[in-house]
Parts: sequence; structure tokens; C-alpha cells
Amino acid sequence: MLDILKGPILALQEFFQLTGSAMRNLWRQPHYTDDILLQMDSIGVGSLPIVALTGFFSGAVMALQLGSTLAQYGQTGRTGEVVSLILVTQLGPVLTGLLVAGRNSSGIASELGSMKVTEQIDAMRALGTDPVQKLVTPRMIATAVMLPCLTVLADFIGMFGGFIIAYYIYGLDPQQYWSTTWRSLAWRDVLQGVVKPFVFSFAVSLIGCYYGLRTTGGTQGVGRATTQAVVAASVTIFFLTFFLTQIFVSQAPA
Amino acid sequence: MMPQEPEQNEGPVLRFDGLTTGFDEAPVLKNVSFEVGKGQTGIIFGAAGSGKSVLLKTAIGLVKAWSGKVQLFDQDITGLSEEQLFDVRSKVGIAFQESALFDSLTIEQNVAYPLLNQKAVKWEPKDVRPRVKEALEFVELGQTLKKFPSELSGGMRRRAAIARAVVTKPPLLLYDSPTAGLDPITAHTIISLIIKERDVDSTSALVVTHRYQDANLIANFRYNPDNGQLVGAPEETGPSTKFMVMREGSLIFHGSQQDIEASTDEYVQKFVKRPD
Ligand SMILES: Nc1ncnc2c1ncn2[C@@H]1O[C@H](COP(=O)(O)OP(=O)(O)OP(=O)(O)O)[C@@H](O)[C@H]1O
Ligand SMILES: [Mg+2]
Repeated sequence: MLDILKGPILALQEFFQLTGSAMRNLWRQPHYTDDILLQMDSIGVGSLPIVALTGFFSGAVMALQLGSTLAQYGQTGRTGEVVSLILVTQLGPVLTGLLVAGRNSSGIASELGSMKVTEQIDAMRALGTDPVQKLVTPRMIATAVMLPCLTVLADFIGMFGGFIIAYYIYGLDPQQYWSTTWRSLAWRDVLQGVVKPFVFSFAVSLIGCYYGLRTTGGTQGVGRATTQAVVAASVTIFFLTFFLTQIFVSQAPA
Repeated sequence: MMPQEPEQNEGPVLRFDGLTTGFDEAPVLKNVSFEVGKGQTGIIFGAAGSGKSVLLKTAIGLVKAWSGKVQLFDQDITGLSEEQLFDVRSKVGIAFQESALFDSLTIEQNVAYPLLNQKAVKWEPKDVRPRVKEALEFVELGQTLKKFPSELSGGMRRRAAIARAVVTKPPLLLYDSPTAGLDPITAHTIISLIIKERDVDSTSALVVTHRYQDANLIANFRYNPDNGQLVGAPEETGPSTKFMVMREGSLIFHGSQQDIEASTDEYVQKFVKRPD
């Protein structure tokens, strides 16, 4: 029994060690600003089209479904309200998180993994750079900045998608849609909608880096690391969203 | 330029003392002891997987020792932190087995990397470019500054890796299988470069190789700066070269060229090809 647990516990310990050194580097020279910007571009700008598309369709599909469900209670007018609340607090963060995990945890793992198996990580250490400082910290910072931005963007595009459906299919008044959309959101909901992707971003970047840096066994190993990173990051996002929702819900005024 | 080190008292440049290390359970290096003196070159033979690459990595603390000591320039590096190791490593150049050039950087940026990143080697930004050019011309790659590693042939990548290793003029160089998988002409060029580096800058080195010809050239030839050719070196003034053989993590042979050629060990014999 203990033997079965030994592997995962050691892995977890290594993961938190990596997290610790990546965080410590935030206050340590040198800072690789160029690498941060490069990663922001690849993570943020690179994910834009897919995030926008997903945001749009999730908003549209929700409006489509809710419009007809709410019609049974004569409440079609509240479509915008429900769409925005669910998007901002739940769907936006989770969907964007999962997409970016799929795209960037894998990207990070395969990039660092190939560097590991071709001895480039060793070369870095031999030539005077700390791979955590040079590779992990910039990716962590870039994701922490970009994932909340992408999420907010996805929220807006989703609301717009919902609007298209509400307006063209259910014939809702645009004025009414947008005003209920805004009014339904409390500050607490907006906060939840930003805190979640911020927390997810660490799962996305650090899990990608962790699997990348521990890659062994050539090209095959890189493939394995990539898959493992996406799976682990996605599962972690589900766990985190559950706990974070729980915290926010328990703080809500009755 | 690097500030001139105060002349070291004649201790060995690199010394392994009963070193054992590994990764998971089984050790990969078992009780390895040897030393490389100033200006000496150590040749390391050994079958695939016998631990040659790990030995080189242990020499600069990329792999941590389980027990035993590694002494680099009179300093025991086994207990040092990664931060402290950066200083020691700046005195060692290493050319990895797979070249390990950064594939997101151009050849020029790759070769400039140690000059810009090694804290102990402070180079003025304006001196970096000329030195990089010089190092690349040294390995006859003056025309490839703007190319990416993926655009070079395997032999050219090896040479670029050598340029990156020698660019800071370190007193000790580690070459991991610099000629493996290359045609005889390119292999000869690379060994000539190693000899040239040794004789021009009087560096110490460890060279991992499978080819006895490489070792023979290194042990018996010198670089002639007048015509850029290799010339046979007379025995008594010739370079000091050590031969070592690794087998399954142990250093099973350690001696001069005469010793290795006289060895009757079957495994050692496999690496020796007597000149006809
Ligand atoms: N990063 C690592 N993790 C785990 N085991 C490793 C690692 N690097 C090397 N090994 C193991 O250490 C042993 C020695 O490997 P090493 O790379 O030193 O061999 P080598 O003598 O250089 O062989 P080759 O001639 O093929 O390059 C091998 O059994 C290898 O599996
Ligand atoms: Mg090797």
C-alpha cells in the first residue's frame, strides 16, 4: 500500500518544489523580460481565435437552450441574466482554462520535454542559467497575466453570442438583454470570474513545465509528457473550480 | 577578456575520488577515481551505456554525487549549491553528445550565450560579437552566424557546439563523443580542432570517443601554427595524454598509450586498434 503511494507523493513533492523555486525567482535577478513577452504572445495572442470561437458558441448555445426553457415559465426576458451569470462565474473560466490547458500545457510540456531529451536543459545549466528562472518563471507569469484576460474576453464574446440568439431567435429587446446582463452580475461574481482563471493559470503553466522537465526516454517520452500534462492540468482545473466555487458560494450573502 | 587567474599551484585540474552516482536505484558510476592534470588530455573509451556521458556531467555538477568527491580546480564541488556551481562551471567548456544547441536561437546567439549568461565571465557587450565570430571562424563556420541549428548538418552542429564550448576560453574542456556518427573527413577535422584548441590555449580536456584513431591523433600529434596542419610530436615533448576505459560504470583501465596497447584485457583490447 505504501509503495503504491510513494510514486505520486514523490511526484507531488517535486511539483511543489518546482512551484516554490518558480515563485522565489519572481524576486530574484535576472528577469528574462523578453521571454515573458514571447510567452505572452504565444499563450495569449496565440489562443485568441480558439478562445473567441468557444466563447461565442458557449454563449449562443446557452441562450438557445435557456430561452426555450425559460419560456415555459414566461421568463424569456431573463435569458441574458442567466447566460451572463453562468458564463462569468463558471463556464468562461473553466472552458477557457481547459482550452488553454489543451493548447499550452501540452505546448509547454513538449517544448521543455524536447529540450530535456536533447540535453538543452543540461546545456543551460552548464552555461550559467537556471532553467527554472529562464523557462518556468516566464511561462508562469505570462499565463497568470493572459489567462484572466482571455477569460474576460471569452465572457464578453459569449454574452454577445447569447445576444445574437436572444435577439434573432427569441426576439428580445437589445436594451433589455444588455441591461439585465449587467445588473445580474454582483462584484463578487466578477471577482470569482477573474480569480478562477488566475488560479488555473498556475496549474496550466506549472504542470506543463513539470512534465516537460521530467521527460526521459527520447521522442516517445516527449509525447508521453505532453499527454500527461494535458490530462493532469485538465483534472486539476476541475478540482480547483469545484473548491473555488464552494468558497465563493459559501461567502455569498443569504 | 577574462581576468588572468593567479597561477594555480600544480594540483590537478579535475579529480574524481571514489565517485559513485546514479539516478534511481542502481548506480551508474561506481567508485570512479582519476585525475587530469594541467594541460593533460584524458581519453575515455567505453561501450554504450557504460556511463561516459554521466561522468562528464558529474564533473561539472550537473549530476550530483551519491558518495565520493569531485574536485575541480582545487575546489570540492560535491557540496556546492547550483548558484555556487555556476561560478565553477564558467571555467569549464562542454560540448554535449547531441550538440545541445538551443534550437530557438541562431548559431551566433548560441555561441554568444555563455558570454552573456555566465556571471563569472563578464564580457563587454561590444566585445561579444567579435569573439563569437572568432570562435566560429576557429571551427570554420564563419558563414553561418544567422542560421538556426536545424539548418546545419550534424557535423556542422558539432563544430558549432565546440565553438560554444571554447568561446569563453575555459581552462578545461569536456567533449562528449565529438566524432560519433561522422564521416572520417569531418571526424578528422573535429579532432584537429580539439588538438588546435589544446595547443593554442594550452587547455586540459576530457574526450569521450569510440574511435581509437581519435585518441591516437590526440596523443601523438601537435598543431603547427605556421601552416595550420597537424605534425607528429616527438615522444618526449609530446602532449600528455591519458587513456581510460569505462565498463558498466566502473573505470577498469587508466594509463598511458603504451599501457593500453599492452593490455591483455579482452574488453580493453576491443577499443585498441594498433597503428599498422
Ligand atoms: N537522465 C537520466 N536518467 C536516468 N538514467 C540515466 C540518465 N542518463 C543516463 N542514464 C543511465 O546511465 C547509464 C549511462 O548512461 P550514459 O549516457 O553515461 O552512457 P554513455 O556511456 O554515454 O553511452 P553512449 O556511448 O551511448 O553515449 C545508462 O544506463 C543510462 O540509462
Ligand atoms: Mg553518451
